[in-house]
Amino acid sequence: MRSLKYATKEKKSKSILSRNHSTSNLQDIVTSADILRTLIRKNAVRVVDVRKEDDYKKEHIKTAISIPLARVLDNDTPEKIVLLLEQSGISDKTPVVVYDDTFGALAARVAWTFQYVGHANTSLLETTFANWKSYGFETEKKINVFPKAKHSLRVNNDIFANYDEVEKAKSEQNKILVDSRERLNFLSEHIPGATNLPYTMLGTSESILRDPQEIKRFMENRGISKDDEVITYCGSVGTLSGLAYFALRMGGVKKIRLYSRSFKEWKKLGKPIEEFKDANFWDLSAE
Amino acid sequence: MKKEVLNYPDKKHFYPKSNPRWGKEEETEIFGQNVKLFRRGKMSEDDFRRFRLQHGAYGSRLQQNYSMIRIKVPSGEVTPEQLQKIATLSEAFSIGSAHVSTRQNIQLHWVQLEDVSEVMRGLVEVGLTTREACGNTVRNVMCSHFAGVCPDEAFDSTPYAMATARFFLRNPVCQNLPRKFKINFACCSNHGLVRIADIGLIPMKKDGAIGFKIYLGGGLGAASFIGYLLEEFTPEERLVSTCMAAVRLFDRLGNRENMARNRMRYLVNEMGWEKFQKLVIKERTNVEMTISLETLNRYKVESEGPNIRQLSNGRKLPLINEKVDINSDPYKRWIHSNVIPQKQNGYFVVFVTLGAGDITSNQLRSLAKTIQTYSGEGCARNTPNQNFAVRFVKARDLPEFYNELAKTGLANPGALTMSSAVGCSGTTSCNLAITNSHRLAKEIQSKFIELGFDTEDDLRDSTIKISGCPNSCGQHEIATIGFYGGASRIDGTMTPTYTMMFGGKDGEDGVLGKSVMRVPAKRVISTIIKIIDIYRQERNTNESLAMWVSKLIKGVPNTNRTAKNLDDIKTALMETTSLPSPQDDPDAYMDYGNDVKFSAKTARGECAA
Repeated sequence: MRSLKYATKEKKSKSILSRNHSTSNLQDIVTSADILRTLIRKNAVRVVDVRKEDDYKKEHIKTAISIPLARVLDNDTPEKIVLLLEQSGISDKTPVVVYDDTFGALAARVAWTFQYVGHANTSLLETTFANWKSYGFETEKKINVFPKAKHSLRVNNDIFANYDEVEKAKSEQNKILVDSRERLNFLSEHIPGATNLPYTMLGTSESILRDPQEIKRFMENRGISKDDEVITYCGSVGTLSGLAYFALRMGGVKKIRLYSRSFKEWKKLGKPIEEFKDANFWDLSAE
Repeated sequence: MKKEVLNYPDKKHFYPKSNPRWGKEEETEIFGQNVKLFRRGKMSEDDFRRFRLQHGAYGSRLQQNYSMIRIKVPSGEVTPEQLQKIATLSEAFSIGSAHVSTRQNIQLHWVQLEDVSEVMRGLVEVGLTTREACGNTVRNVMCSHFAGVCPDEAFDSTPYAMATARFFLRNPVCQNLPRKFKINFACCSNHGLVRIADIGLIPMKKDGAIGFKIYLGGGLGAASFIGYLLEEFTPEERLVSTCMAAVRLFDRLGNRENMARNRMRYLVNEMGWEKFQKLVIKERTNVEMTISLETLNRYKVESEGPNIRQLSNGRKLPLINEKVDINSDPYKRWIHSNVIPQKQNGYFVVFVTLGAGDITSNQLRSLAKTIQTYSGEGCARNTPNQNFAVRFVKARDLPEFYNELAKTGLANPGALTMSSAVGCSGTTSCNLAITNSHRLAKEIQSKFIELGFDTEDDLRDSTIKISGCPNSCGQHEIATIGFYGGASRIDGTMTPTYTMMFGGKDGEDGVLGKSVMRVPAKRVISTIIKIIDIYRQERNTNESLAMWVSKLIKGVPNTNRTAKNLDDIKTALMETTSLPSPQDDPDAYMDYGNDVKFSAKTARGECAA
């Protein structure tokens, strides 16, 4: 009975999602707090909290389940991720909204992973948990468990890049490598040929991603066009670059991949790096 | 009575300053477009550089793809809203911190050229501009941070400084001068950099008339000069024509060939002061006889009026003069070295200590909040000592003010003492720098606070200022003990060194320091400490360090003392300044912030471009 009721609600909710989101690809990426509240009320969404489990236990968005980023990273194969989805009661058609409390970077990495294993219907909550709470929106302490669901495995290799592809990108036209770490990290060392788009540029205090028009302008300023093929990377596990991945998609880039193992792997493999040692820029920091 | 309550700078009665509208949205658009043209090869590098500098963006150290954005802050006056915006912009596009310069600008470093227009866009929203912050223009017009609150001032010169800044900004008369041009206003003869500017002005009254004492032709640099007094009194009506006359003469007669000698001070000194003086007086009459109303209307002092408030009489603050030492309560120590009374009874200027002018975005936000909460004028001023002065603070609010600052690490003592060393950006971002003057200034500050030098009143009127090259952005020539960076071969090894200068001073009786000796970068701190040791042994009663140093430089003999003159001091410092062999102590031959062998790398400076 329960599952039947759930299924009908889910169907209805999907139409809400698609009505609001299908007009352009841009808005698939983030779900506004208002829409999420509606979906929660209609029991038509799986909300995923990627913060540490302890934080989840203290308080979380109503109906959310806990899938901490660390668990996603530990289950480092598409098969295991699908299993994780199934255990969380997420079927192929369940709309998923992911949130964090780290300006969207952790949520982005998890959302990207879900999309990578074939759960395209994953979006990011536009704001952080702290903001959600400050708006006075619904939270709870109850640990939510949902019946196991079936999920198929359809790995989307179009959104993933390994070091080999990164290395090749350098010499190919219209391929752009985007480093989303902070400026000083980038200046110190980066993958040769990369362009810096620090994650700090991508969001505001209210929203994890800026208005698409602004993102588009930033891209245009840097000469990144919608038709370029972009690979994003960051320092270690692809969180900051996960956010950049979604930001650039929001800016209209069609072909974009995440080099999820990022600079950490690149360095470990002894690949070439570009360094800049002629300025003591770290000494400008006030702390 | 009621009026007093309304004007009391209480949390509930915050009067936001109106948006000063220095910036223009169109300029940000044009900047963005020109970056694209330049990148596509449709604008030459030279043309683009000229354009970029006119809009306040310098190339960064050995990295032309990054800019240092210089935000012009006329009179140093910033509002909480502006500070918050700078915090956000720095986080997004720069390095998460901002930097207070020695000419009341606020600088954002390592901004990608492609993002400069975005930063400008944000600045315009809060009324700020970067226009003519660099290039061969009238640079940021400075005004003493005590103007309006100084007990010794004839009147508040701030509105005049603001009106002058507005008069010259985007004024066709000064868009392509032979070289940059600097105008500084003082409040009184003690506070202000009037003798080291192209034009320096001190407000004064004569027979009830308002006017200025105007100095011309000063300036610091590879060769420095102290400005000359134009005339005993220049009435306020002639301020703008006098400034314009100087600018026009410079534009006409300045050296456009030799970049190293093209500031107005060279023109003045090559021609001779008396001749230049006569030309200025004559040119001023020309200006007055030919100026159009339209031009004259650019200058409006009344619209720059200060927020005049009826102030209540507050409590006195005996703590300030109470002796403190290194073991004193941190709050007392802070009060002693960071707070001074205003001419308005019961109100205080609170200085916020920074390290060589660096402030993080979080700290900027916290500072904005404290200004909003505690300043009766709703703004603060950044100062040439690379810190912030928050004015019109009530005595009873000081403990809370201190606690608020402490939360973000802004409550260090020593802002008004020699422990707050000034340091230009040096090798952290500047093309011309040879040494890491910036880090050295911060190292000095933390060492001196640790040693409690901020608590010693006899050291208080002394200053330490450091530049990373001879070009004086760190204003080392007006410091009690100043340093400028260079490279020397010591024991066969290239070593970062500083030339030490003694006895400089700002204000109307400003003097330039005299060069004493070279000191390896890693020996600067121990050398200053040694100098203080010698001073303590050799001083006469009631003789401050600054007085003692000045006496040495003037050659006044210390007859009954061991160190009789400057040479004796140099000899006494020999041991401290010498280095062991490079094999025994390789670190001593490196600069701060580096773990590799020192080499002096510089690129073409853009100051002169």
